[in-house]
Amino acid sequence: MIKSLDPRIDRAKINHDPIDPLKELDQFPTFEVFHQTKRGQQHLHVGIVHAPNADMALLYAKEQYARRGETSNLWVVPSSEVTATHYFDDDIFETTPEKIHRDPATYKVMDRIKAYKERNKTKV
Amino acid sequence: MDFFNEAHVEAAKDLLYKMADDQLIIGHRNSEWTGLGPILEEDIAFSSMAQDKLGQSEHLYNLLHELGEADADTVAFTRNANQFHSCHFVEYPIGEYDFSLMRHFLFDMAEAIRFEMLVNSSYENLAMIARKFKGEIKYHTMHANTWVKQLAQGNEESKARMQSALNECWPLALGIFEPGKHEDVLKEAGIFEGEEALQAQWLQEVTKLLTDCGLVIPENVTPSYGGRKCEHTDHLQPLLDEMTEVYAIDPSADW
Repeated sequence: MIKSLDPRIDRAKINHDPIDPLKELDQFPTFEVFHQTKRGQQHLHVGIVHAPNADMALLYAKEQYARRGETSNLWVVPSSEVTATHYFDDDIFETTPEKIHRDPATYKVMDRIKAYKERNKTKV
Repeated sequence: MDFFNEAHVEAAKDLLYKMADDQLIIGHRNSEWTGLGPILEEDIAFSSMAQDKLGQSEHLYNLLHELGEADADTVAFTRNANQFHSCHFVEYPIGEYDFSLMRHFLFDMAEAIRFEMLVNSSYENLAMIARKFKGEIKYHTMHANTWVKQLAQGNEESKARMQSALNECWPLALGIFEPGKHEDVLKEAGIFEGEEALQAQWLQEVTKLLTDCGLVIPENVTPSYGGRKCEHTDHLQPLLDEMTEVYAIDPSADW
């Protein structure tokens, strides 16, 4: 029996080694969790929960991902329903970082904003 | 509160003590699952709810402080079992997870209805607390209802375990509604509709959910009364000793 300084562990009378790895199918399936801070804003992916079904996944999503700050809504989606690109196809993104013309940070206006900020800094 | 006469204050204190003590003790009991829960997500959710209960009890102890009792920490951590007004249900050890879940379901449903009733209390400061915790308690009942439905309609083992947990919990759960000395005063002053009304509504709601998922409500059961008169089982004092162990090392320490 496992002996511990924690009285709760002794009371639980645990006989098996809790470090034993779980067998296959001992794990619940995963759900992807999406969090919305304010109504009307987009839901952002924040992580996963393990749960036997969507209702329970929502219960857990609330405590894992909406325990701090503001929340207006949560989505859960079975991970098995997600269709993803293959990592071996990631060369399709290879030249994208070079396409700086698509990056708003490179617009001429940014130079002007920076210049404005610089001017203000020197004033202070 | 200005509108209270002496009898009203006594009745309100009695109500606050039993509510706060219930919340404190079940909060502590449920926190014993922290780190031992069945899966990580459930461990976190159950622990958070236990923490919520402690927070709710603190608000109620603060109301008692306004009515002239000692401050929340002193009241929570320096009394002995024979000064606690909690029902026997909350002091029982956590047992297996089926017992803890069934207790969570039966207790939190009663708590949710009690707070719903108190939203309209003439005791405005208590009504404010009831409104403040409405959403928090709603989550607790969502969690409990979902679990109970899930397990009561699961496989043979889960059904049998939920039924036996229900049988074990039922007399203890009925003890929540042990009438106090001040029921009439509470009703007449518009502070609280009383334990009898609470029990009737609770019985209706839990019976519906439990029978809908195939469980059988135990019959001819003697409620486990005594807690509201500060008479307890042998389970409470060891819980208090463990809960107050650190506090007792130096009660004047500032946390």
